[in-house]
Amino acid sequence: MDSGALILSLKLALATTLLLLPLAICIARPLAWARFRGKGLVDALVTLPLLLPPTVIGFYLLGSFGPHSALGAGWLALTGRTLVFSFDGLLLASLLINIPFAVQPLQRAFESIPGEAREAAWCCGLSPLQTLWRVELPLAWPGLASAAVLTFVHTLGEFGVVLMVGGNLDGATRTLSIAIYDKVQAFDEAAAAQMSLLLVAIAVAAVGSLHFLTRKVGRRG
Amino acid sequence: MAERADRADRADGLRVLLQQQAPIPLACQFDCAPGELVALVGPSGSGKTTVLRCIAGLVHAQKGHIRCGEASWFDAAARHVRPPQQRRVGFVFQHYALLPHLSALENVALGLGELPPVARLERAAEWLARVHLAGLEQRKPAALSGGQQQRVALARALARATASNNSGVLLLDEPFAAVDQVTRGKLRTELARLRHELDIPMVLVTHDLDEARQLADRMVVLHRGSSLQEGTPEQLLTQPRNPAVARLMGLTNLFSGVVAGNAATPQLHWNGRRLSIVDFCGFAPGDAVSWVIPPEGVLLHRPDRPSQGDAENPVTGTLRETLRLGSFTQVTLEIFGEPQPLTFAVSTRAIERNGLAPGSIASATLLAQRIHLMPA
Repeated sequence: MDSGALILSLKLALATTLLLLPLAICIARPLAWARFRGKGLVDALVTLPLLLPPTVIGFYLLGSFGPHSALGAGWLALTGRTLVFSFDGLLLASLLINIPFAVQPLQRAFESIPGEAREAAWCCGLSPLQTLWRVELPLAWPGLASAAVLTFVHTLGEFGVVLMVGGNLDGATRTLSIAIYDKVQAFDEAAAAQMSLLLVAIAVAAVGSLHFLTRKVGRRG
Repeated sequence: MAERADRADRADGLRVLLQQQAPIPLACQFDCAPGELVALVGPSGSGKTTVLRCIAGLVHAQKGHIRCGEASWFDAAARHVRPPQQRRVGFVFQHYALLPHLSALENVALGLGELPPVARLERAAEWLARVHLAGLEQRKPAALSGGQQQRVALARALARATASNNSGVLLLDEPFAAVDQVTRGKLRTELARLRHELDIPMVLVTHDLDEARQLADRMVVLHRGSSLQEGTPEQLLTQPRNPAVARLMGLTNLFSGVVAGNAATPQLHWNGRRLSIVDFCGFAPGDAVSWVIPPEGVLLHRPDRPSQGDAENPVTGTLRETLRLGSFTQVTLEIFGEPQPLTFAVSTRAIERNGLAPGSIASATLLAQRIHLMPA
């Protein structure tokens, strides 16, 4: 068992989930309610990471994260760290490829909130922020839980993009999925099996907790 | 009534003027004094709900203004728009819009944000008790019947509208449309009682004329976004300004004629008949007019016992239809020589006593003082 890889994977998955959810809420709300030009285009862009092969995404990200790219150079100047082959780059890539997993369940959830519920809150004097906190998020809770679980589990399992952008640096960018690949390459099937089983257990626990959380919501109604 | 007129003189109450061409044409103006209930009536698609949503600040008209008391809520010319949060509107939505994740008590307390948390719940419980829901405070909306949900929605709107020294407005959008008929009658009676205890302007949107008549002090008739006429239910039902209003008010005895006679004996020529009328209503002899008579203005003659009043504007014809509506029966009389029938209500007992049935010959009086003239 590569405990460094496990900790890194969990750290990456947690950071991605916590950073991505607020961002996804900001993207999903206008997609659910507002009518604007180019909405179809934004919808398509949000879905794109789901459709492109991970290695292709990884290849382009590697190019745009490099120290000679504007983004890579800017990050280096700002933080003194490179984006490629680092946790920073891994996190940024992870945020981008998880956008559809976080945005789509939230968008569906916000779409299912009747417009009158928000209008009633406004007429009761709730500010837009209070309406978000006290009306929209509680009603969108199943979508929020789905988004969190999908993002977390998908980040744990991501392989192609992580390998392209992060490389395979022990303790810095070697996640559990990559460690499994490494162990198989090294004919250490016992370790690979152990880590694979762990990922299966985490996925099952995540799906189970999602079921539990949303069932609780059903009772509240 | 005098008390109410005094209040209207003060600079309080709700004043609404809305105009726009698109997306929904609007040309609507009315006032509503504190303690007064104004009903906006009209067919579906006449813009009633849009007017209400403009008052709440959920949509904005292109031109016009909305003032509540001293405060300006909307002024298109000054580009001034207050958001719904700053308008103190108690809005009863057609489908109630209760928040499903909050209890009845929390739903009502939602509109009492300015109060400290404990006072908020106390006041919410008081309002629930006033709409006869004491004991159901902790229920979620899904565990309440349609009528109970409607009461929670009303309590929430009233709590919000009255929270700050009665400075708010109560808006009701078809509030009884989604409940069964028995519950509807009960809720209506409750609101009719409750509204007299309230000192805020109330605006009711409905397509149900009976509802408007029971609840409203004044009615505004809307058609395609335009206010056609404003007045008490009695005025609108007996003196509609024009045939369009008469039709929207459900008046079916609508005919055309020509003014005749002189100031001493004003008359109306109607397809060869001469009807006596009370006055010219501003028309001159020779003018072609439309005229209307409400069902209450038509009296069926008793063939067994003619009375003196029968001499007033008598008409005779064949009964075409008798529609029994409980203690009253709606009668359709096909007058000889007149293509359009007359409809009116007669007590069911009178129908039975006189043995009247479709096909019978019957006579009726058109009361001169109930005949109302309008532009053709």
